[in-house]
Order: sequence, then C-alpha cells, then structure tokens
Amino acid sequence: MSRKPFYFLIFLLIASGFGYNLYRHKVDHIPFFPGSVQTTWTVEARITYNANGPVEATLALPTDPAFTLLSESAASPGYGLSMTEDQSGRRATWTTRNASGSQELYYTANLVPNGYDLLDDHATEYTVPNLVWDEGLDTAAQTVIAKAWDQSANNRSFALQLAKLVANPEQQQNVALLLARYEPAALLNRLLQTAGVPSQIVYALNLEDGRRRQALRAWVEVQDGENGYLFNPESGTEGRPDNLLLWQRHGNSVLELTGGSNSSVTFSMIEDTRPALATALDMMSAAAQERGLSLYNLPLEEQSLLRGLFLIPIGVLVVVFLRVLIGLKTSGTFMPVLIALAFIQTKLLTGLVGFLLIVACGLVLRSYLSNLNLLLISRISAVVILVLGIIAAFTLLAFNFGLTEGLTITFFPMIILAWTIERMSILWEEEGPKEVFVQGGGSLLVAVITYLAMDNDLVRHWAFNFLGIHLIVLALILVMGQYTGYRLLELRRFRPLAEDKQ
Amino acid sequence: MIFCDPRRLRSRGIMGMNQRNISYIGRYNPRSLYKQVDDKLITKQLALKAEIATPDLISVISEQHEISDLAQRLAGQTGFCIKPAQGSGGKGILVITKVEDGKFFKPSGGEVSLSDMERHCSNILAGLFSLGGKNDVAVIEALIRFDPVFEGISYEGVPDIRLIVFKGFPVMGMLRCSTHASDGKANLHQGAVGIGVDIANGQAIRAVQYDEPVQLHPDTSKDLHAVQVPHWDRLLELASGCYEMSGLGYLGTDMVLDSERGPLLLELNARPGLAIQIANDQGLLPRLRKIEALGDQTFSVEERIAKAKEWFGGQAPN
Repeated sequence: MSRKPFYFLIFLLIASGFGYNLYRHKVDHIPFFPGSVQTTWTVEARITYNANGPVEATLALPTDPAFTLLSESAASPGYGLSMTEDQSGRRATWTTRNASGSQELYYTANLVPNGYDLLDDHATEYTVPNLVWDEGLDTAAQTVIAKAWDQSANNRSFALQLAKLVANPEQQQNVALLLARYEPAALLNRLLQTAGVPSQIVYALNLEDGRRRQALRAWVEVQDGENGYLFNPESGTEGRPDNLLLWQRHGNSVLELTGGSNSSVTFSMIEDTRPALATALDMMSAAAQERGLSLYNLPLEEQSLLRGLFLIPIGVLVVVFLRVLIGLKTSGTFMPVLIALAFIQTKLLTGLVGFLLIVACGLVLRSYLSNLNLLLISRISAVVILVLGIIAAFTLLAFNFGLTEGLTITFFPMIILAWTIERMSILWEEEGPKEVFVQGGGSLLVAVITYLAMDNDLVRHWAFNFLGIHLIVLALILVMGQYTGYRLLELRRFRPLAEDKQ
Repeated sequence: MIFCDPRRLRSRGIMGMNQRNISYIGRYNPRSLYKQVDDKLITKQLALKAEIATPDLISVISEQHEISDLAQRLAGQTGFCIKPAQGSGGKGILVITKVEDGKFFKPSGGEVSLSDMERHCSNILAGLFSLGGKNDVAVIEALIRFDPVFEGISYEGVPDIRLIVFKGFPVMGMLRCSTHASDGKANLHQGAVGIGVDIANGQAIRAVQYDEPVQLHPDTSKDLHAVQVPHWDRLLELASGCYEMSGLGYLGTDMVLDSERGPLLLELNARPGLAIQIANDQGLLPRLRKIEALGDQTFSVEERIAKAKEWFGGQAPN
C-alpha cells in the first residue's frame, strides 16, 4: 500500500492547521500569547459654539485605514443625533430646534492601531480644479512649480520637492511671497493642483497620551496611482508617523455648523492598554454581523463549555504520546483525561487528595459488596451510588470545616470513579495490593501529566482561539499511530538483551 | 544507565510493542478472525474440527440461572479450572486442584467455597474479565495432569509451552512455569519463569523471571537450564497446524503436556507478548523477516517445521 496519500493527508492537516492559525493572527489579530496587550486610543472631540434657535452641526468622523474603530459614542443632551456615511466619509449630525447660549457637544471614539499604513482606498481619482492665482502671485507659483517639476520624476517625488520648498521659505523668495498669502498646507495643495497633480488637504491629529485641547493639523495627501501619500507641509517630509490619526480625509470641512457662531473643535486623548485578545474579539464582533458564524457569538455559558471541550484533544494527544512513545500503562484508555479534566476544576492538590479519598473509601465499601455475591451490573450501579454518597459526605464535611476547596470534589466524573474502583478492587483480589498501587499510580501519573499539559494559559488560549491547532494535533496523533520504533520503557525492559556478551 | 541504546536493540532484531502491533498483528491478523482466538470456546470447536487435541470440556455456563447447577455439574470432579471464554492476559482463571468433602482448594492450598465459585462464574458472565466488558460465558475444563518430567520446575501450576507461529512457521518458543509469586499462573508479568527453548529440539537455552535472567527455579531451586521439553516434534506440529486452523498469520500458541493425553492445545493468542525475546535472548525480527522473504509460497506443516528447525534451531546463546 502506498504511503503517499497518508503523508499527503498529514501534510494537508498540518498546513491547513498552521495556515488557519496564521490567518487568525494576521487577519483577526488574535495574539499568539494570552498575556499580550494592545494599545488603544480614546479620542474625544469637543465642539463648542454659541447658538440661538435651531442648530445643525455636522462633524467629520475619523476615517483612517491605520486605525480600527472599536466603539464610539456621542454625548449631546437635547440634540437629535444621526450618523451618516457617504462618499465623503462618515459624519455625525446633531440637530435641535431650540438652543441658546454656549453649547457643548462631545464625540468619543475608541481606536486601535492596526499597523495598516497604506492609503490605498481611493475609489476614484481626485478631480483637479482649475485654479486661478492672483495677479503677481501667478509668476511666483509657476516658478516654484517649474523648479520642483524639473527635479522630480513622478507625482510623488514632485510633491516631495514642493513640500521641501514650502517648508523652507528662506531659500526661495517666491515661496515666502506665496506663504504671506496662504497657509503652508493650502499653498502646497494649490501648487500641486495647479500642476495637475491630484491632491487634497487632510486633517489629522497627533496622538499623544494625556493631551487636551488639541487641534487638527492640516496635511496634504497626494494621489499617485492607487496609493495616497501624506506630506507634512511644515517639515517638508513625506510619510506618516505612527501616532498620526487622520480625522478627515474627504469632503470639505471638519465641522459644518448652521445656526451657531463662534464654533471650535478641540480634541483630548488618552492612551490605554488592554488585553490584545479582548480588543481582537471586540473588533471581530463588530465585523461578525456580516460573517455571523463565530464561536465568540455563542452565549458565554456555551463558550466556556466549549473552552473545556477543546482541551480534550490536547489531553488525548498527551495520553497517546505517553502510551505509544513512553509506554506507560493506564487503567482505562482515556480515564486519565477525564480525571485530568476534573483536576482542572478542583486544582491539582485538592483533586489528588479528593481522588485518593474517594477511591480509598470506595475500595473499602466495595470489599463489603464483594461478599454479597452480586451481579456485575448491580454491583457497579451500587458503587456509583456509593461514590455519590462519598462525594456528598466529603462535600458536607469540607463545608462544615470551612474547607472551600473540598467543595470542588463534586466535579469528579462519578461513573469513571465507579469503574476505577471496580477495576482496582478486582485487581486487588486477583493480583494483590502491589499491582493496585502500580497501576493506580500509573494512571494517576498520566492524569497529572495530562492535567499539567492542559491547564496552562498558553494551551487554553491556543486550544480555543486557534482552532487550527486541533488539525495539527490530529496529524500528530495519526503520525504517532504509525510509529513502529521502541517505546522508552521498552529500552529499559529489553536492557538485558542489549548488554554485551563476553 | 536505566535505558539501553535503541540502536543496539535494533541491531539485535528485538521487536517492540509498536512494531508488533503495526507490522505484524495489524498486517497478518485479519480483524474478522480475532473472535476465533479471543473466544476459547470457538477455539476449542475449531481445534476439534482440525483434530487438534485440547483439554476435556466439563461444562459451559452461559446463562445466569445455570450457575445454581454448578455444584451438580462439578460433582465427581477432582480438579478443574474455570475460565472466561473471552478472558485476556490470564485474567479470571480459577484453578481447583483438590476437592475434599465439598470443599475446593486452589494450587496454593487456599480454600474456595462453592459460593465463591458461583460469584466467580457470575462475574465471568457479566463480562468482568473479557475485553471491553462484553458478556461472556464460563468454560469449565478438566485439569491437566501434568507430565512428571516437569516436576520441580513449576510451582503450584502447570507449565505451558508458548510458541510464536508466523505464517505457520514456529519461530520461537518458551516454556512458562508458574511460581509462588505468580500464584500458579503461567503469565510472565505476574512473576512466572520463562525458559527459552531451542526450536530444533526443545532444549532449554536460558531462563528469566521478571525479565531478568535466572538459573534456578525461585521456589524449588531446580536447575532450569537442564530442562528438555518432551514430545517436542508433536508440539511443533500442533502449533504449526494452528495456522491453517485459525488463519492468523502472527499467532501465539499455548500448549500443555498432559501425562496421559500428551500435548494439548490450551489456547491461541492473536497478540502474543514480547517477553519471549528476553527468555530466548534473541530478537524476533530476523526470524520473522526470513519468513516474510519467502513470499506467498505455501508449505506443508512438515516442510515448515523442517525449515524452522534448520533456520532457527541451535541458536544457543553465545
């Protein structure tokens, strides 16, 4: 029989497992480590103005591909609020019939940097308007444009040359002349558009922890092909710093106000760190409305149940490893996994003590049942009830002595305990107490190792958040099922055969 | 060093458990035939058909209500053993060697009451000793009156002869003798002594207990290396014939020598253990490969035994 399909299957499982995990990390931003933290920014825009009568205020909302919006809220007592989205981006609109005096409106957004620093969301090219310069400035502008044009190769390098010129007016008299009339950003944009380069002014916020009363700064975005490039007209440099939040990219103004006067928008911001996983989940739940099928959409109770169940493949893998590669024997193939699952609830020490207490008491009571000459099925059933009684008694005792750890004893699977007691009891009768300790100890050892493998944060995190890991576990189990080499304990067992003769 | 070098084991052709399961049991023993050897009653019927001698059947208890007839069915017997038909690893075998005034005695002298035996039968029927806890039947067989040549090398129990039969070729053999520690049972992991024997003539090569070499029987101090198994050729024929009878390629045959009836087939095992390698101080793999190299040719029992003797005999430890 050809082994190729088998190895292909293994490869497929491992590749799709790793692929899916990578996808989860890259696209859904699930962190590889459970303790990872993620920076988030809380930015508050405060709009103040004086009003008398009906007012409509429209604020541009942040549209930056480098930041993901986690949540947003607007505080505006007495105002009707609506969020709209059109070609010029998202906007919040506050309306009221009757406002008088000084007014304050707040908009708060939680934003997460996502590391996506390309501005490639241009659906259509900006239209370049026909601009007319004032008499006298026209020649200056043409001179500046001509100089930058000569020293550049494309829109992008042309914009950079222009930005440099605008940022250093002392080197060019023409620029100084133009700056007397226009703001640097407006001038740069005007020069670019005059030369036929698609560009626009964007308003951005420098994010800095704890800053208040900040204003938006004007930057110039130049379109070259599908990508947009940002230029800082004040420093004459290209590129965006990490802590720059583009607030308004499309449309005309940040704030449009009708019915009010003396308006201003200021921004405050706080940097915050929160668990990366929670942030990723919040971001996914925002997207989940479209996708729908996600474990995280389940009710919390089912989620926590699944969390437990997803540990089982890990436990099974450990048991397969210990049996096939190490050669440990266990009483009942997967009994150790179930005991280990109970240990997760009880914690190790209480679990061990509880397990030994229950089994010891069970063995004593079971020895009486031995004398009754019962059918196996009724004897096992009787043991099940005895185990229940023992568990109830210990819980009661533990509670009365104030040992709250003892209460978790109820998590042990009763049927498994009953069978363990029955097997141990038969073993005791047939092969004596020594064998009971050897086999019982072996099973308990495997259970403890399985518990240690399952009950750590990294494994829990991976088992639930990176489901691809289960495909890899499956592949590993399949590969181990093909292992024909020696088990570790066989190396000890067959040691006399390996010794040199003579 | 607690562990030995796996390369040394490999060079000596020692077979490990995983390899046995995948390369031999999995490959040569069709699942559908397991029942024939896992159920001792079926094995017995097959053996009857193939004219292979087995211990006398006293009674079979297959229903719970039959247990009340137990005393009646055992009337007049002076020694017998009760086994689960589908037991594994020697579990649930109760041997009674002496019956006096309605009291039953184990080989160790321990007394067993009738109600103990009834409970034992009830446990067997409920499947306590069978693989996977399936319902089972209790088989009561006549006791083996063991051959006096084995006097002193087996304590409180019948020695049995285990032969590994691969595609009908007897490849390795050992004599298993019970000890006080094994409570009259011939299972090595329970403390029985395993004596590796030469395939050519049944002469002892070496003896082990608990996987360690021994020279003398721990209870009787008899020299184990001096043992010569009688009726050796008949034993080889019996074992080799089990291949056709069961259809299993990789087989462990357990046989006993009865003082009156000669070699008897006790049971077959589709998953024979690996301790035989330690008892023989030889790896199974070179022998198994030699036979695998023959391909799909068929040989008669006589040819197989002749070849096995030629290839595997006389390999005394160097």
